[in-house]
Amino acid sequence: MITVVLPAHLRTLARISGEVKLDVKGPVTQRSILDALEAAYPPLRGTIRDHVTQQRRPFVRFFACQEDLSHESPDAPLPAAVASGTEPFLIVGAIAGGSLNLAA
Amino acid sequence: MSNIRVLVGTRKGAFVLTSDGKRENWQVDGPHFAGWEVYHVKGSPADPNRLYASQSSSWSGQVIQRSSDGGKTWETVDNKFVYDGVPGTHQWYDGTPHPWEFKRVWHLEPSLTDPDTVYAGIEDAALFRSTDGAKSWQELSGLRGHGSGPRWQPGAGGMCLHTIILDPSDPARIFIAISAAGAFRTDDGGTTWQPINRGLHSLYIPEPTAEVGHCVHRIAMHRSRPEVLFMQKHWDVMRSDNAGDLWTEVSGNLPTDFGFVIDVHAHEPETVYVVPIKSDGEHYPPEGKLRVYRSRTGGNEWEPLTKGLPQRDCYVNVLRDAMAVDSLDSCGVYFGTTGGQVYLSPDAGDNWAPIVRDLPAVLSVEVQTLQ
Repeated sequence: MITVVLPAHLRTLARISGEVKLDVKGPVTQRSILDALEAAYPPLRGTIRDHVTQQRRPFVRFFACQEDLSHESPDAPLPAAVASGTEPFLIVGAIAGGSLNLAA
Repeated sequence: MSNIRVLVGTRKGAFVLTSDGKRENWQVDGPHFAGWEVYHVKGSPADPNRLYASQSSSWSGQVIQRSSDGGKTWETVDNKFVYDGVPGTHQWYDGTPHPWEFKRVWHLEPSLTDPDTVYAGIEDAALFRSTDGAKSWQELSGLRGHGSGPRWQPGAGGMCLHTIILDPSDPARIFIAISAAGAFRTDDGGTTWQPINRGLHSLYIPEPTAEVGHCVHRIAMHRSRPEVLFMQKHWDVMRSDNAGDLWTEVSGNLPTDFGFVIDVHAHEPETVYVVPIKSDGEHYPPEGKLRVYRSRTGGNEWEPLTKGLPQRDCYVNVLRDAMAVDSLDSCGVYFGTTGGQVYLSPDAGDNWAPIVRDLPAVLSVEVQTLQ
């Protein structure tokens, strides 16, 4: 089982407490993890990656095994420790960001 | 006795304020969707317990929430807003073409007759509709297909479709407004649209009387006279007596005609409210005095309403979706500020008091009068 850690606001949105355990079929990649995650928790669709382009949202980052994997290909194999479930796949909201809108 | 429910969207969540018809004691419920920007929450006129909320953040994008019990519980529904066909380009701030990109939902307007039908005004500007309770969305692409789309451009807050008004006398007629493109109307249920900006004069665009390009901030209508519209433009308060075919300025004696909100009394179609803001560079009330202005003559003659509102050192803003009225016999007028206050006047503007005063910055206020 793959372990995924979500930021607090997405856990609240999806009504998840603690880590997520996912059964991922086939190669363990960012794409296969996110496909399984969104299938298990539909409210997360569109909040981590764009609905249409499937690209990671700009202020979302992916980490695992003390590495920033955000800029890796979504189809690149993730570290073996993630695939084996001994290390979590971390989905993190960047500290930078927020709205600059002045006139909502 | 009637009850009142006030739906408040803020920078960090939504709040539901409830009272009986006396409007003296209020219960504050929230924050819902804590930490997220809630641009708008609105209830269905056909089923007041059906609410729709637009929840968004720069980190995690757009979420749409739906309640079927008046805001006690919520469920996420579809958040997939995909432009119809090839989105094309609009004008960027520097005048260059810029691709249309979905950013957020500014306004949700439930149908007057069907709780499962709801319209969404989005940024970058487009109008979407759901007929299945927000489980799926389809663009009414005739609006962007009007032909003027490549000349639309963003206002300071983005290129947002922020106003949706459904004509109670004609289900095929809808009015919308976009910053900064202007106002548009459909008379065939959203298939085709025409700009309704004749009479607007905007000095900040290359051609001040252009067909499109005007920064309309808000439009209001009284349901008994759907052909009469009132508009708060970036600068100028305007009025149309022919469903937007021609506008005339009714700023009259206002201390400044810049502002965001405009609304109409529930029972007096010629009584209009605005909150003058000093300028587009200084988004706060003139002289640090928070004053609602009321016209009982449909514009031009305005009186300041100050009792109970701060008259010194007040530098909040009142954003475009942050004013609403109830329909009790003595019409209540409500507005929220970027300082987190929600003010109520239970007597049509004569006297004001805060319902709540320390919320996050208020983005929107809607009121439901419940029987």
